[in-house]
Formats: sequence, structure tokens, C-alpha cells
Amino acid sequence: MNKRIYLDHSATTSTKPEVLEEMIPVFTDYFGNPSSIYSFGREAKKLVDKSRERVAKALGALPEEIFFTAGGSESDNWVLRGVSYANKNRGNHIITTSIEHHAILHTCEQLEKEGFEVTYLPVDSYGMISLEDLKAAITDKTILISIMYANNEIGTIQPIEEIGKIARERNIYFHTDAVQAVGNVKIDVKAQNIDMLSLSAHKFYGPKGVGALYVRKGTKIANLITGGGQERGRRAGTENVPGIVGLGKAIELATENIDKYNEKLLKLRTKLINGVMEKIPYTRLNGHPEKRLPGNANFCFQFIEGESLLLNLDMKGVAASSGSACTSGSLDPSHVLLAIGLPHEIAHGSLRLTLGDENTEEDVDYVLEVLPEIVQRLRNMSPLYEKVKGGK
Amino acid sequence: MYSDKVMDHFTSPRNVGEIENADGIGEVGNAKCGDIMKIYLKIENDIIKDVKFKTFGCGAAVATSSIATEMIKGKTVEEAQKLTNKAVVEALDGLPPQKIHCSVLAEEAVKAAIEDYKKKHNK
Repeated sequence: MNKRIYLDHSATTSTKPEVLEEMIPVFTDYFGNPSSIYSFGREAKKLVDKSRERVAKALGALPEEIFFTAGGSESDNWVLRGVSYANKNRGNHIITTSIEHHAILHTCEQLEKEGFEVTYLPVDSYGMISLEDLKAAITDKTILISIMYANNEIGTIQPIEEIGKIARERNIYFHTDAVQAVGNVKIDVKAQNIDMLSLSAHKFYGPKGVGALYVRKGTKIANLITGGGQERGRRAGTENVPGIVGLGKAIELATENIDKYNEKLLKLRTKLINGVMEKIPYTRLNGHPEKRLPGNANFCFQFIEGESLLLNLDMKGVAASSGSACTSGSLDPSHVLLAIGLPHEIAHGSLRLTLGDENTEEDVDYVLEVLPEIVQRLRNMSPLYEKVKGGK
Repeated sequence: MYSDKVMDHFTSPRNVGEIENADGIGEVGNAKCGDIMKIYLKIENDIIKDVKFKTFGCGAAVATSSIATEMIKGKTVEEAQKLTNKAVVEALDGLPPQKIHCSVLAEEAVKAAIEDYKKKHNK
């Protein structure tokens, strides 16, 4: 097996050579601690500041509103805990959704144990929240609305601007986990009334282990990581300078090229979705048909199980992911697929293919060639398929 | 994550299929949990002459069904009935802890098929 096709860009992306190029001298030449006052430190500090400006520009924010973190999960944890603890006097109610990333959901569960109340908004069959549900969930105790920009599994993009408007009108903080959105969707935190936004570099061709949190000026938020006075006293710990430099370059490239990137992914995705739906019967497309991430395709193939599918695809050189229980490490399939109303047995047969920069039309052709065979092979082995065939 | 033996049985499963007019059929598991195994037996003079399976499930579910059919083929009903999930795991050179339940399912499927045979043949 020589052919390898990577179709899991929502899990992570490769680091772009241009990004790596800017990072390398930071390890070897500009290795100073940004907190040091001598020239080595000042050089490093300058690089961090430059990155901060790049991130701010990409989001339509001010540089002083950007804080570097170790990634999306830290940013999410920081928002939930930081806003909850700092605004206890105003209330104890948080509104989020049932399809958030576990960085949000598990932190919310912890906060519930600490006496906070959390409303998990349901979603429709496309994975979309209802603005009416949101309005109805708001109480005078609500201090934070945290709704993901785009879903990591099914790619559905929420009506962020409208949510921001509702939150602003009610004077409630609005955070969005935009880990999957940055680089795929045009973001303007001011126009969209976003108070806080989480992002992670490795989802848009930057390095792993570095992310950022945008916090609108004036937002009351407590610190999560305490210690030294880095990040203007808001996030302790010596800065991951190479990572931060990589993040800055990656977000600049991503925003500069967003139109071209979207156009490319959309073309490939349309071909992929149409091909799969046409070639494979008993298949369901998960997520919204239009309001979805440009590179995301998520299917459920009836009568088969996701892990078997992934192993078979891997043998053909195709890297993908699934929301089946066996791949999630628990007995339940993906909470997102259950939230959009899929029965367990259908959710077990899910496949997520997420396209990215290095994918080509030939890659899609190859998948359209091998996937139907694999699905058929597994169906032929499945006692569930037998019953359907028998009934026909 | 899987042993070579598991991958071998997953990629080239033995005895996949159905047996028409099988002497015993056992089906265990449920789709909700993501595993269903169905085993078909052809039995002559108390000996398992042929065995086939169909499985809906993960890599381990397919591999445990496959090896279980291999382990009971040609054996007497009494011998086959003694198949344990532990023996299935050992024959596969181990399974990840979260997949042990697949081996239990394989044992149960074999036993269910034998029970069905006994019931049908008043044994």
C-alpha cells in the first residue's frame, strides 16, 4: 500500500512549510524568554506581539484582546470557568448546546457540580439550534452563552451573528468555540457581537499545542492558569514562542487565502457527497446541506459499523473518522449524532471525511472507487443487511 | 491497537455467510450497542460439519466471530459448547480491554446456536 489519502482535516492538519519556516529560527536563534529584559527576551517578545497582531487582524479584534493558550480545550475551559467565577454575583446560569465539543460539555458538567446551572439547547435534524429556544432559555441569572461556531463532526454552522445580537441585547456574554471555523469561515468578532472566541492553530495548518482566546475588552473573566505575569497577567506560563509564531503565520495565510480555499474544498466536497449518495444506497448525509464547513462530509451507512469501515479504509490508504461507539472509546455513539435524532444503530455506521489543502480531485475519485466496495463488503457480512435484502 | 491475528481475521474473515436449512442458528447482541453476531451450524452425527457467521460490528467483533467459527468447526457439539471467551481472546493473541465484550458475544453466539440445535432436535 503506497497510496495515502488524508481525509481527517477536522482532527488535525499538517503544518504548512511557510509556517514551519518562520518557526524554526525561534527554536534556535530567537529562543529568549519574552519576559527577560535583555535583547534575547525583547526579540522573542516582539515575535509574540507580531503574532498577536496577526491574530487580531484575522478576527477583526484588537491585539490586546488576544491571549495565547495551549489550544482550543484550554481556551474553552478558561471561558467557562473564568466567566462563571468572575460573574457569580450576577448569576449562575450558562446556556450552551448539546452538540458542543467535550472541552465545553465536560467543563459544564464540572461547573454543574459546583452549583452552576447549565441549559443544553437541543438541535434540529441538521444540527442547528433554534434562536427561539435560545431566547426562551435566557433567565435573569444567565451570565454566559457558549455556542460553537461550526460543529466538528457534522460541520453545521450556527447563526452566530444572530446569537451575538440576542446576547448583546440581553447584556449576556457570548462565547463561541470557533476551533473548526477559523480558516474556513470569515469571522469578524465586532460585527458578529462575539465577546469571546476560542481557536486552535493545528486546525488551520499551524502547529499543535497552541491556541488563542479572544476576549473583548471589558469582559469580566477570571484567570484559569495562575502563576507569572505573562499575557498581561491573564495567562501564566512562559509563552510557547515558536508555537505562537506558527499560529500567527498560519492564521494570516488562512485568512488571506480563505476564498480560494473555500472554493476548492466546496468543489471537492460537492463531488464527494454527490458521488457517495449516488453510488451507495441506504446512506444518509448528516449535517446541514448548505450551512456547513466547506470541507466536511459526514455520512451514515446503514447496516454497518464505523470502526470496521475505518479499518478497511485505512487498508486502502484512506484516513477518516467515525462517530461509532467503538471509535469514541465508550459504549455510546457520538453525542452529536444522537442529538440530531439518529437512532443508535444508524449512528454506529457514521463516517466523517474532512477535506483539506492537499486533497485533489483524484483523491475524491479514489474514495468514490474504494468506499462503495468496502461498504458493500461489510453489508454482505452484516445480519442486518440480510433482513433488508430478504424483505425486498 | 489490534494484534496481527485480529487484523488477519478481520481482513480475511473465515466462514462468512449463511447456511440454508441450518441445524442451529444463534443470534446475539443488538444493533443499539453496535454488535450483532449470527452463527449458523450444520450438524451431522453430533459433529459440527459446517459453520458460517454474519456480524454487524467493529473489527474485533468480526475477528472474534471468525476465529470462533474456526475453533468449533469439526468439533463435537459437546466440545463446541465448552468454547470460552477466554479461549477466543487467547487464540487472537489478545484483544484491547474495551473489546473483550466482543469475545463474550462470540461465545454466546456459539452457545445460542447450539441451544437452538438442541431445541430443534429435542436433545
